[in-house]
Amino acid sequence: MKIEILGTGCAKCNALERAVRTSAEKLGIECQIEHVTDLNRITGYGVMMTPALVIDGEVKVSGKVPSERELEGLLKQ
Amino acid sequence: MSREWKIFAAMLAVFVVAYYLPLGDPKVQAAVVEAFKLLQWYARNHTLACVVPALFIAGGIITFLSQAAVMRYLGPRSNKVAAYGVASVSGSVLAVCSCSVLPMFAGIYKMGAGLGPASAFLYSGPAINILAIFLTARVLGVSLGLWRAIGAIVFAIVIGLIMAGVFHREQRERGPAANPQMPETAQSLRRGWQSALLLAFMIAFLVFSDWYNPGNAIVTRTDGTVVRGVVLEETRDEVMVQVQETGGGVRAGARLVLPKAEIASIKQRENWVTRIHHVRWYLAGLCGLVVALMVWRWTDREEQRAWMRNTWDFAKLLVPLLFGGVFVVGFVGALLPDRQVAMLVGDNGLRSNLVASLVGALFYFATLTEIPIVQALSEHGMAQGPALALLLAGPALSLPNMLVIYKVMGWRRATVFCAAVVVMATITGLIYGNLVG
Repeated sequence: MKIEILGTGCAKCNALERAVRTSAEKLGIECQIEHVTDLNRITGYGVMMTPALVIDGEVKVSGKVPSERELEGLLKQ
Repeated sequence: MSREWKIFAAMLAVFVVAYYLPLGDPKVQAAVVEAFKLLQWYARNHTLACVVPALFIAGGIITFLSQAAVMRYLGPRSNKVAAYGVASVSGSVLAVCSCSVLPMFAGIYKMGAGLGPASAFLYSGPAINILAIFLTARVLGVSLGLWRAIGAIVFAIVIGLIMAGVFHREQRERGPAANPQMPETAQSLRRGWQSALLLAFMIAFLVFSDWYNPGNAIVTRTDGTVVRGVVLEETRDEVMVQVQETGGGVRAGARLVLPKAEIASIKQRENWVTRIHHVRWYLAGLCGLVVALMVWRWTDREEQRAWMRNTWDFAKLLVPLLFGGVFVVGFVGALLPDRQVAMLVGDNGLRSNLVASLVGALFYFATLTEIPIVQALSEHGMAQGPALALLLAGPALSLPNMLVIYKVMGWRRATVFCAAVVVMATITGLIYGNLVG
């Protein structure tokens, strides 16, 4: 699966990336993780509030860092 | 990778300063002491009463107020008037970290309510900050604090309108997403009014615990000038007064020792402001109890934990910045040449205000550092008008910020935006300076 983390590089966006990497590793999921900082690409997804999590092109979470449980649920789908 | 470079840069900076600082020079030694003294003043006078409760309030705002609900006012189908109103005050609600201001601005501009409200939000995001406003009032005086708060809100709306007006004929490229990803409205445990009330009482707590003491003494000197403040000490020949209000040749915050020979009269004054000041801790305590009650009845464990976590995140972000900034400002301030400052921004004329606005717009001011900076500059001769101009233009704009804005908006819009900020700041400073003197 392709995971994109949308954010311009503040603490929360980095926290989301770390959380995603940790959860993916824990669940043993093969994925390609990209941290998108370009504003035009971010708004291209229709996202207004960062950080945002995009899985396989679909925006799953925007505006907050999801909890570990939520994240694992999203990754398992 | 960039984070590792930042750590290295910090180490390098500390090393260079430590290596080259001419500590033998007595002026430098005095400056170091001044830095510590300023830090101590902030630690003693403003940390517990203002910074700490404000951090809790900031944490509370982003925990308890639904950002999704606020964002709805800024969406594509929202009422324009509401959009401007919301955009101009919602900075502290929506802009959780300063970097999220820009994506949100881009979102509101391209997919939401449009350039006007987006511009209003772009300005108000950094400019309207609960902690900054309260700290401004405490350190620089209620007058400046109030004008800053009101000025920021008015600015946001005006700038938004200017942007919308100047560019309304241009085609606005709508983003590809016709249905913008609005953040989901989480299941709320309470009604909107309950959240608002909780917030109101938290702010009331802060207001009361910080209640302005206008000073109970009006000292008229033999030369006719009047000093308003609090009598701190009285000896046989002298009276020490903590000046509360700028006027009569002295500024708020100064400590004056007046020989009794120079005093024509001292009048004690009682009005509702001083009466509330006497009982402010009871009122604050009452508000605190109400808040505790509301939290107990209207929130659950998870929200409370989120609140504490958000507050702590804010603390980690803001406190080092504030204390570090204060220390650096204390040090540099002691070395500042009064004459240059007075020459550039020493009066309330057009040039001083313009200079202050430009400096504010170009220089980067980390959150809250604008307050000790304005404090230091005021002590070295900056007038009140330019001070306000700096406060209004400083936090909102900076050179690196302008570059990003230009990338998002294009250079024409970005120029108009920045110019609007500078012009408004100058005008407001002019008005305020000549009003207050």
